[in-house]
Amino acid sequence: MPSLVQSVDWVAVTPVVIPAALALVVLVADLFMPPERKALLGWLSAAGLLAAALTLVPLRDGHRSTFCQTPGAACSYTADHFALVVQALVLGGALLTVLLSLTTGTTDATGTLPSGEYWFLLLSSAAGGALLPASRDLITLIVALEVTTLPAFALVALRRGDRLAGEAALKFFLTSVTATAVSLLGISFVYAATGTVNLSQVAHALGHTPGQLDHLAKVGVALTLVGFAFKLAAAPFHFWVPDTYTGAPLPVAAYLSVVGKSAGFSGLILLTVVAFRPYADVWGPALGVLAALTMTVGNVGALRQRPDAERGAVGLLAWSSIGQAGYLLVPMAAASSAHDPAHEIGTTVAYALMYGVVNLGAFAVAALVTRTAPRGRLADYRGLYGRRPLAALALAFFLLCLAGLPPGVIGLFAKVAVFSSAVGAQHGWLAVIMAVNVVIALVYYLRWTALLFTRTEAAPDQAAVGAAVRGGGAEGASGGGRVAGAVPGQTPGAAGAAAPAAGAAAGGTPLGLAVAIALTTVAGIALSGAPQLVLRYAQGTLL
Amino acid sequence: MNDTALQYVLVAMLGLPLLGAAGALLPIPSALRMGRTREQALLGLGVIVTGAVLVLAVVLAAGFDHDHPGTMQATTDLDWIPALRIHFHLGVDGISLPLLVLTALLTFLCALYSCFSLPKGLGPQAFVALLLLLETGTLATFAVLDLMLFFLAFETVLIPMYFLIARWGGQDRERSALRFIVYTVLGSVIMLLGLLLIGVKAGTFDMVTLATDNGSHLSHSTQLIAALAVGLGLAVKAPMWPLHSWLPDAHTAAPTVGSVLLAGVLLKMGTYGMVRILLPETPGGMHTYAPYLGAFAVIGIVYGSLACLALARQGNGGDLKRLIAYSSVGHMGFVLLGIATLTTTGVNGALFANIAHGLITGLLFFLVGAVKDRYGTSDLDQLSGRTGAALYGRAPRLGGLLAFAAVASLGLPGLAGFWGEMLAMFGSFKPAAGLSRPAYLTFTAIAAFGTLLTAAYLLTVLRRVCMGDRETAEARPVLADVRGYEFAAWTPLAALTVVAGLWPAVLLGLTEPAVRTLFGGN
Repeated sequence: MPSLVQSVDWVAVTPVVIPAALALVVLVADLFMPPERKALLGWLSAAGLLAAALTLVPLRDGHRSTFCQTPGAACSYTADHFALVVQALVLGGALLTVLLSLTTGTTDATGTLPSGEYWFLLLSSAAGGALLPASRDLITLIVALEVTTLPAFALVALRRGDRLAGEAALKFFLTSVTATAVSLLGISFVYAATGTVNLSQVAHALGHTPGQLDHLAKVGVALTLVGFAFKLAAAPFHFWVPDTYTGAPLPVAAYLSVVGKSAGFSGLILLTVVAFRPYADVWGPALGVLAALTMTVGNVGALRQRPDAERGAVGLLAWSSIGQAGYLLVPMAAASSAHDPAHEIGTTVAYALMYGVVNLGAFAVAALVTRTAPRGRLADYRGLYGRRPLAALALAFFLLCLAGLPPGVIGLFAKVAVFSSAVGAQHGWLAVIMAVNVVIALVYYLRWTALLFTRTEAAPDQAAVGAAVRGGGAEGASGGGRVAGAVPGQTPGAAGAAAPAAGAAAGGTPLGLAVAIALTTVAGIALSGAPQLVLRYAQGTLL
Repeated sequence: MNDTALQYVLVAMLGLPLLGAAGALLPIPSALRMGRTREQALLGLGVIVTGAVLVLAVVLAAGFDHDHPGTMQATTDLDWIPALRIHFHLGVDGISLPLLVLTALLTFLCALYSCFSLPKGLGPQAFVALLLLLETGTLATFAVLDLMLFFLAFETVLIPMYFLIARWGGQDRERSALRFIVYTVLGSVIMLLGLLLIGVKAGTFDMVTLATDNGSHLSHSTQLIAALAVGLGLAVKAPMWPLHSWLPDAHTAAPTVGSVLLAGVLLKMGTYGMVRILLPETPGGMHTYAPYLGAFAVIGIVYGSLACLALARQGNGGDLKRLIAYSSVGHMGFVLLGIATLTTTGVNGALFANIAHGLITGLLFFLVGAVKDRYGTSDLDQLSGRTGAALYGRAPRLGGLLAFAAVASLGLPGLAGFWGEMLAMFGSFKPAAGLSRPAYLTFTAIAAFGTLLTAAYLLTVLRRVCMGDRETAEARPVLADVRGYEFAAWTPLAALTVVAGLWPAVLLGLTEPAVRTLFGGN
């Protein structure tokens, strides 16, 4: 009789354990900390995430696995190269989110983000995100997905008294839960058809499903994928994204756009390429259509974003993140017809790394601008170059990376890699649709970039603050019922809080934000000089 | 000079402007300013960097082995992105060397010119940075030997040119700039698909290897698709009729230096790409498309000339800059016709016309910009009034230079504009084997008719701008004649126009052997 006690390789699971344990520590410590020292909790979280990211270094051989049914086989947790790279992305993304939150959390317009709970939820979600790419059975996968998502609902709703945030969270919650339920149903079908939950065993069993179970298995495969497509915000499961992102606190939106997406795409990769490999002819075309639809819907949505819309900047980033998710799906669709699917998905990972760095950078600059212009309109970025040249240059660089035009060299080559996988896999039609989408995306990214470098005559900083202070009176009235209706009772409060905040910001950029912007800029420039740093994952076999 | 030294010269030519662009964005320490204002120091930086690049270009041209222009020289080949099989592969031969020198020269002259007359816009810091970034991109386009690097360089010029138009331009600049970049990016993304197809099917992105293979590793259908995709992207840039419609708007809105670089250098990237990529790498595809390319080219010649004639007529409110932009469509039509003949004669003519157009149209845009500065408008009707602007009388040197540039542009023998167009028509008279001779004879006839139309509109412009009655000629206030810095910026172009016209062997001796190599050494 085999031993019932498993030996656990703790070293392999440290990247997951550290954020999870730290989450509990922070939650408890919050109870005993005097309010004025609560900023320490944020720095503690940042240090913990950094430590977790550093523990990936000794694992870089990628040979460890644990929680195995038999020693060395059928393991539930595998720290292979794929898992490590995505974990690095998740932990790095969470670290940058913490840096963004360090200031926004305390000087937020409403000033009521409860810090202990905030860090707890963020770290829990990061632990789930780190677990997901390493899971190798369906149950662990779905548990990890839920651990990533559930705290995110609360994070979105955390801004107390903000009706928009509550609505965003509820929308997010309801659609997400529905999708998870569908996914669970699918998993149960797959389990019924194959008798196992381990991914590679599922793949083996699906290849030999008896005839009468074939339909069940196919339905199961389709339903399972739906849940993960939802997390990736692939169209037509994307409608929650713009409302959720604009309603959530800005760092949470940044977090969802990178870590939430990486959870979605890594889950999809594991399911399609590992578990459902025998059904490549089913999910391959489906993913291709999904990719085309997603990028088109996202980019057209972003194109329609009005410059004077409230929180329009985050709204644009939200829609564009849907478009970018479409690009992430292209190599996966191409993988279905490739000889070695594990080879193709490296391109997705490489693209996601690029996207993670520059998108978080863009959010960081947005967070900086929002401090002085709390309404977060695109119009607030007019002439930013005149006021904050470095921030404007950084944002321009990030946007051009997202658009894929030099000087954003890394963005260009990441797109070239995606195009290349589509062309190589005979998916010419998908490549052409993506080409059109790149042009659409260019228009709105460039419009925003151009806005940064507009000539401004008056001192716009004071104008913006003045407008915010007057917000409750003249502007709220003249802006008509739409503005006031969207955030009833918010404008006067925001304006009142904005004046001291703007005064504080005039002294300089907060440390956390400055570090976040500097980190992402340096990473972006380094990657532009040596794209091989991320593109090498597009070359080798990760899984 | 040995090849290693030249190799460093070429790399430095690309690296210097890039460093300069980054440097321009950083704050300048006051110790380095030597008492000048920040603005002067920045513009001075632009002149110094572009001047250094020009010196390097001259050194490169001097060190170039003129006995073997058909072989790649000053080559650097480093593994840059192994994941995508992209090499950092640089080199020059007889085809790219003249274009490199032209680019370095024009950018330097533009930097010099803007030192004294900076267009109104965002300020000198961004201007200098963008100008230098633009120079990096254009030089790189002509120097790289890797398809993906070519694409990178091709895209690098877009953002600087977009901002030069959108932030330093004239009326309707935002829309024109957006139109320019959307057209070009749509073209270049399709081009990327074609380049990737070539790379994936042939297993390499190396342009030298691919050119040596002469398409032997690509099936005919692959060549057809790839040549169409790549050709479309390049044709937008060139621009080929009917994909030219971004050009007149962009030129009209762009500031003077933007127009000069757009016409003088950026358009050449399209035709250079056709010669460098399509001719040797997808010969089968080109053979199929050549007659269509030729047909579009001659339509472009006639269309451009007719548009110019319409603009030049009294009462049509034609804009001088728009007129020269349309004339570019016509002139680039000759270049495309030369390429479409698939003969060494025709392609040599195309390459010659490329350079000639860069010199002459660059000069024309400088002159028209100067006219616009003096009169405050480039609207032909407002300029000339009822009898003509009488520039010969009011500013004789400026009028003389304008007349010189105009007759050079219409292809007067003895000036640079003549040889390229004549050789292109010569090639079209006897196209490559397998191409329909009657069709090409028709093209030749239409192109010849186009030269007549060209002469007609340019002479009309001269009559309306340079001539006029005595009353206008003596009108007050006195118009400033050519200033010192204008002389400095324009003389090299005028001198080279004469040199290339009287001594075409300087250029043809470089391109001829290189073109032979392209066609597989026959």
